[in-house]
Amino acid sequence: MSSDHDNHNRLYLTVWSGLLILTVVEVVLAYQTLSVALMLGLLLMLSFGKTGLILAYFMHLRYERLSLVLTIIPAVAFCIAMMFIVFPDGLRLLDFRQ
Amino acid sequence: MAEMASETRVSAWGGGGSPFGVSSKKFGMWLFLMSDTLTFTAFLIAYSYVRLASVEWPRPFGGMSIFMASVMTLCLLSSSLTMVMAVAAAKRQQIRQTVVWMVATIGGGVLFMILHINEWLTLIHEGVTPFANPWGVPLFGASFFTLTGLHMTHVTGGVIYLAIVAFGFGKGKFEAEDVEVSGLYWHFVDLVWMFIFPMVYLLSNQM
Repeated sequence: MSSDHDNHNRLYLTVWSGLLILTVVEVVLAYQTLSVALMLGLLLMLSFGKTGLILAYFMHLRYERLSLVLTIIPAVAFCIAMMFIVFPDGLRLLDFRQ
Repeated sequence: MAEMASETRVSAWGGGGSPFGVSSKKFGMWLFLMSDTLTFTAFLIAYSYVRLASVEWPRPFGGMSIFMASVMTLCLLSSSLTMVMAVAAAKRQQIRQTVVWMVATIGGGVLFMILHINEWLTLIHEGVTPFANPWGVPLFGASFFTLTGLHMTHVTGGVIYLAIVAFGFGKGKFEAEDVEVSGLYWHFVDLVWMFIFPMVYLLSNQM
């Protein structure tokens, strides 16, 4: 029981350190001279990595039944993807303004 | 015989008492978090939309702002760590430890709020409002204050929620599961900041 408890604490500390390291990478990245699109892509990739860690370990989704995960994640991902429909219009507005 | 028949029919998708293997409280929180995810996504998308449609987006965040925002990220990440510790202690029925970890979590949240309000006041002092700012694109203030304001509302609500649960758990009125469900909410608030921090701050830093 006690070693199980230590193992969990070590896991949480590892995840927390991982999240901090990813954050430092993001901050360092922000000071590099890259195009905004590339920067956004890299930052979002790192953020999705952090999201995965938080969902899986802090929110325990890794230890839940697959039916719960499959109920939550794909529906939200689909709805978020549908919201991207506004971006072509953003580019159209930019064209007008330039 | 009847028992055997019902056993063979049980599957993850078969309905029954608990198809997801979680209690209704936890499932309810997950449903709320799903809808809240979409609310925050809508704000982030709105921010990205107006930024994409603007020729020159303001970049008001200097080295100090980025540093403070990084410290705020550290506050939230660390409070998430203390929250999982609280959940683990609650599951072992260690009431005192649970309350101590939860108070630490609340401390992280309060520190985040103080730093964030301080940053808001600095920006307001520079002349940024939801309707105007010195750098030209008025929608900068509107999108910035609605997005970070909604997030700060969640942090404030979370601090109150955690305080109630910690107090109730200390008194023996709440169960370990209530601590876990409040933890889910707190991690979500942390998770949302993992997108606001890079998209709003890091992408608008002064180079």
